[in-house]
Amino acid sequence: MAEIRNYTLNFGPQHPAAHGVLRLVLEMDGEVIERADPHVGLLHRGTEKLAESKPYNQSIGYMDRLDYVSMMCNEHGYVRSIEKLLGIEAPERAQYIRTMFDEITRILNHLMWLGTHALDVGAMTMFLYCFREREDLMDCYEAVSGARMHATYYRPGGVYRDLPDQMPRYDEGQFGSKAEGRRRNRNRDGSLLDFIEDFIDRFPKLVDEYETLLTDNRIWKQRTVGIGVVTPERAMQLGFTGPMLRGSGIAWDLRKKQPYAAYDQVDFDIPIGTNGDCYDRYLVRIEEFRQSARIIKQCVKWLRDNPGPVMIGDHKIAPPKRADMKDDMEALIHHFKLFTEGYCPPPGEVYAAVEAPKGEFGCYIVSDGANKPYRLKIRAPGFPHLAAMDEMARGHMLADVVAIIGTMDIVFGEIDR
Amino acid sequence: MTPEERLDELEEALEEHLQEDFEDCRWERARGEITLTVPREQLTGVMTLLREKRALAFEECIDVCGVDYAAYGQSEWVTSQAANAGFGRGASRADAPELDPANRFAAVYHLLSITHNVRLRVKTYLDADRPIVDSVVPIWASATWFEREAFDLYGILFSGHPDLRRILTDYGFIGHPFRKDFPLIGQVEMRYDPEQQRVIYEPVQIEPRTLVPRVIREDSRYEAGWKPEPSSEEAE
Repeated sequence: MAEIRNYTLNFGPQHPAAHGVLRLVLEMDGEVIERADPHVGLLHRGTEKLAESKPYNQSIGYMDRLDYVSMMCNEHGYVRSIEKLLGIEAPERAQYIRTMFDEITRILNHLMWLGTHALDVGAMTMFLYCFREREDLMDCYEAVSGARMHATYYRPGGVYRDLPDQMPRYDEGQFGSKAEGRRRNRNRDGSLLDFIEDFIDRFPKLVDEYETLLTDNRIWKQRTVGIGVVTPERAMQLGFTGPMLRGSGIAWDLRKKQPYAAYDQVDFDIPIGTNGDCYDRYLVRIEEFRQSARIIKQCVKWLRDNPGPVMIGDHKIAPPKRADMKDDMEALIHHFKLFTEGYCPPPGEVYAAVEAPKGEFGCYIVSDGANKPYRLKIRAPGFPHLAAMDEMARGHMLADVVAIIGTMDIVFGEIDR
Repeated sequence: MTPEERLDELEEALEEHLQEDFEDCRWERARGEITLTVPREQLTGVMTLLREKRALAFEECIDVCGVDYAAYGQSEWVTSQAANAGFGRGASRADAPELDPANRFAAVYHLLSITHNVRLRVKTYLDADRPIVDSVVPIWASATWFEREAFDLYGILFSGHPDLRRILTDYGFIGHPFRKDFPLIGQVEMRYDPEQQRVIYEPVQIEPRTLVPRVIREDSRYEAGWKPEPSSEEAE
């Protein structure tokens, strides 16, 4: 009789369902997972060490590149801890802009998650639908910061600039017919806020469309219901945050519990799951789409009615306006010192966190009074989630590993840092 | 309850529970955060208490990280010297960081209580020769990877950890890259050698340089009692 043994399977690092560079070493008994050992670090860039050698403001751009599908939320976490260290608060309008863009980012991230998760499980159409909507939201990013993804828009003390009055338009007739060009420019006649409002009015319908494809879909349910179940106790023990924790039935959301920016001014609900499986986490995230849309709508209304500064006036931290530099010596000196040396926060240590789309994104900064952080530790939400891979995948089939990777919403930019 | 009131309650609970057995623990409150410093022998005891006691109930270990205090408070730019010597692009780094071998490393834990909605930072200092501390994996499973990371990047050893392997650096990496005496550009570089037909490692050839020197300014704004000037005009 032939000897029957467990065998080890190498999953990735170049597997399309591994969401980047994940190498999973799976010990299998037939098609059942006995042990899963994720090997990470293939995208390790040493962001934290790099930040130690740069003035505070120069590291904001690195934050975009951590979790590269929820860019502005990462900036928010970093900028907020600097603000806490300096003891400053951004003006109210900047807080609302941040709230609005955090939620735009949440929709961006969840669309990416939904598209790829469904694609991995076998639903091709979702991917196309989600990326169609992402395009509009990335245009919002571009209109406000000039970059479609890596915005570097949030700065300590506010945001880089106010929202534009004119939404950029397509060149009509450059590609396709004139009529096609007019159709594409249909919602671009007004300001950025008009464009966002138009999107938000359309969006709940689109979420319904996604739901008709998946929520009652028999194949989708067979692949996600009862897969990767995490009890509330284990979820806390494993350090879960965000939709992973809420999917297990714990109503924990930093936006409600420890409000920051303008989240205590807006009205929204926190969805939670009951069973803690992949399907519940899917439902939680789908409901977050709708809640984000609700928050954005309130922010748009507030931002229309309340003009004002978007950056603090302290030129030791925020640069002066270029026009002022032309005839004000002090402004010129401030500008020079700020860009050649930066600012020196007081010695001490802070931790500030935001509710990023994937969970709690926090920055721990140790300062010794220098113009560079002495130590920056980035607490990425995906890191403890992936650490739970072994526990969640044990006893499941190989194909379920793909569903579990999908439900964790893994991005290697933030896990490997 | 406001965040400040929640911190007050936490301080009371800490006082009550730590008083008897762990009187060496000190905590300070700054910027709305509490930092608890624990001697390393008492870490497991204090951490178990923090998780188990109902008045504390820190269910989640949000983060564990290492800190290397070897170069703390050292700047690369001293204004009085720079006036005569000038400043080239490659500002010289401090030759040898002055080490305080007793408290060189710290393991920093960020805890979160979902029941009471408060955070706590627990810190334990470790010496440079034997940076060993008890693992908190038996208390919080989430610490597994965080401790592996602190071991990989700082060389802090967690005794009792079930699987203390490197996590972020390459297979076969030598050294602990986030220590202050490890250069930013690294020690080795890798290339494919067509003659030997394999990938080889060589000592790194790039010159390290500093674009913006590290400066520590005595800033009166952060001294006690200082108030911002009332006429601070807001930028548009």
